[in-house]
Amino acid sequence: MTPLTGYLLVAAMLFAIGLAGALTRRNAILVLIGIELMLNAANLNFIAFWRYGPHPEALTGMMFAIFSIAVAAAEAAVGLGLVIHIHRHAKTTDLDQMNRMKG
Amino acid sequence: MQEMSVPFQPQFVDGGVSTAANLLWLIPAAPVLASAVIALLKQPRRKTSAILAIGSLSFSLLISLFAFSYVVADWASGAPTRETVNFTWITVGTSHVDLGWVLDPLSAIMLVMVCFVGLLIFIYSVGYMAHDDNFTRFFCFLSLFAGGMLGVVISNSILLLFMSWEIVGLTSYLLIGFWYQKPSAAAAAKKAFLTTRFGDVFFLLGMVWLFSQTGTLLFYNNGAGSMEAGALAALLAQPAALGLTAAGAISLLIFCGAAGKSGQLPLHVWLPDAMEGPTPVSALIHAATMVAAGVYLVARVYPLMQAGALAGGTTTSLTVVTWVGASTAVFAALIAVAQNDIKRILAYSTVSQLGYMMAGLGMGGVAVGMFHLMTHAFFKALLFLGAGSVIHGCHDEQDIRKMGGLKADMPLTFVTYGIGMLALCGFPLLFSGFWSKDGILEAAQHWSVAKTPFYMLVFGALLTAFYMTRQVAYVFFGYWRGHKPAHEGPMVMTAPLAILAFFAIALGFIGTPAWPWFHAFLDGRSASFSLNGFAEPGLMALMGASTIVVFIGLGLGAWLYGNKSPKPEDPDVLEKATPLIWGWLRDRLYVDEFYSLTFIAFYAWWARVADWLDRKVWGGLVSGVAWVFRGWAQLNRLLDIHWVDGGFDKSCEELSTSGGLLSRVQTGRVQTYLRILAAAVVLLAAILIWSSRA
Repeated sequence: MTPLTGYLLVAAMLFAIGLAGALTRRNAILVLIGIELMLNAANLNFIAFWRYGPHPEALTGMMFAIFSIAVAAAEAAVGLGLVIHIHRHAKTTDLDQMNRMKG
Repeated sequence: MQEMSVPFQPQFVDGGVSTAANLLWLIPAAPVLASAVIALLKQPRRKTSAILAIGSLSFSLLISLFAFSYVVADWASGAPTRETVNFTWITVGTSHVDLGWVLDPLSAIMLVMVCFVGLLIFIYSVGYMAHDDNFTRFFCFLSLFAGGMLGVVISNSILLLFMSWEIVGLTSYLLIGFWYQKPSAAAAAKKAFLTTRFGDVFFLLGMVWLFSQTGTLLFYNNGAGSMEAGALAALLAQPAALGLTAAGAISLLIFCGAAGKSGQLPLHVWLPDAMEGPTPVSALIHAATMVAAGVYLVARVYPLMQAGALAGGTTTSLTVVTWVGASTAVFAALIAVAQNDIKRILAYSTVSQLGYMMAGLGMGGVAVGMFHLMTHAFFKALLFLGAGSVIHGCHDEQDIRKMGGLKADMPLTFVTYGIGMLALCGFPLLFSGFWSKDGILEAAQHWSVAKTPFYMLVFGALLTAFYMTRQVAYVFFGYWRGHKPAHEGPMVMTAPLAILAFFAIALGFIGTPAWPWFHAFLDGRSASFSLNGFAEPGLMALMGASTIVVFIGLGLGAWLYGNKSPKPEDPDVLEKATPLIWGWLRDRLYVDEFYSLTFIAFYAWWARVADWLDRKVWGGLVSGVAWVFRGWAQLNRLLDIHWVDGGFDKSCEELSTSGGLLSRVQTGRVQTYLRILAAAVVLLAAILIWSSRA
């Protein structure tokens, strides 16, 4: 059986890739994809800690993961809706040009 | 008939609970549910809403018939039942509020009547309201009304009865004001609501008093209910004001509610105005069912009404009921003589007939009053629907002086209307109204307190025959005095007329002296057919006398109005004879004017006083306090501007400069923020790891 560390490493890698994407990409859709990656890294952690944790027979980790997937789906819908709206409004999805909050 | 002078106390066995009793709640629930669904439908869904309303009421009718057949079978087997299903609604400390429903002959027969007449009127409404924009709203209200009315009928708890009673009052308000764009309809709705509410306040007081004295809201509860011997004895032992016992006082308070709903004398003013609503509403609510709810309420609390009556005697409450009923009967019949609106004549006739029912309850007992309620429900619904058909056919004309000769144009309406009219007049032997009215007259004849009500009711019967003949002569005989020619209504309107006409005749035969099935059924005795019923001393003479009175009324009416067809602008025959009295009657004996000069004027004055108090006294106080605070505020303002603000402005400038510096961090790019966030998280993680190592 793969040790817990293996899963955690994969999860950490996923998270790092997602974070890098979210921070560096200029296209709003790609940023959203990065965020999804980070969420899934967290899901992987949930499953891993549950499976290797003290009570693998209780389905708590699975519940959390499913719950978080459902929330992620909703969040993606909202996020894409925002992107579409931004595109309609500013005719671009380039985040660098979205700086109206500038102080 | 049986001995009318001794109010009969039915002896019922409290049986176990049958399927019929258990299903009883479905009867009001179905129309209420239908009304809720219709309320959610959009206006164009006419067919769906009509089907829902009619379907739900048919369902109620089926269950009612099932319950009725069950009660009849039980009664025929020699054990009249009263089955109740009770449950606790709210518990507070040791006292609890109970609701429940009851299945006994009274509720069973009333259920069948309300469902049946209601169903016919629903079907009729499909035709009558076909061109109305708010068709679905109409059926929503109508269904809700049916639910409330059926709730009143099955209630075994005075509270449940009161709640249903209020639903009925609300829907009555909504339906009278259905054409709320007409100011007169809106005003009539308001008047009906306020007038009946005036009676309901007393009803509510009576209910609370009853609850505080007996500790129960249930009518029947295996010996522990408020209408049963134990509670009644306790109420009789409790004295109240003016020489009344608590039982007498409470029953009088409840009667006030009944008088409001049933349009009895001081509170009758709303009922004629209620004719502003659509005609099916007038038929269903303001003739057949809702106004009968007051009579039904008195019948339901009858044990309380007659508590303490000695054999052959009567109680204060019943005496009051009798006098109010008899005066209403004559009073309204007098006014009906001088009205020209076809529906208004019927409205006053309804008030008058409700007076008969009350008098019947007061003098003869439950069965006598209820029998007239039943027959009246059918023939008055018939008359109203017939009037609706006439109005529909005459292009919304309601003035009988502008009609005439309709017997040729609307033959079916004419025949059915004639049957209803003869039933209302009490035309001998053939028509139901004769038997039920004779029952009341007979009871009045044997009443031990006074003979005056008897003479009043006989006079009322004469007037009834007279004003109905006048109306029929104006509408159906003579020649047409309107503009456009009249036409007969569609099948969906005439079919209910025919069915109701059948019952306006047939229903009489279940309550004749030879076969008093109805009375026996309500009283829990067995009924048998024997012609000896007619042999009771004085009965034949009474029947003969009432026949003569009816014929005098019909003859007078025919002599004065028959086939004459006066022009609409001509004064009435009687107006020429006695313009003064005619004017009084035409102006409804100035009761409305009296109310607006006394009660309404008083309230208007009181409102002005309150307004003046508000503006000058309390308003002055408030303004004074406000003035003090305004002065104080001005002082503060000066201090602020010249002293506090100086220092404050300085510090604000500093803050603004430093804010400008800091704001450079805010690039407006989300990703920059995220980067700072990520860096901070990394830093935090590093610190945590480092500190846990140490």
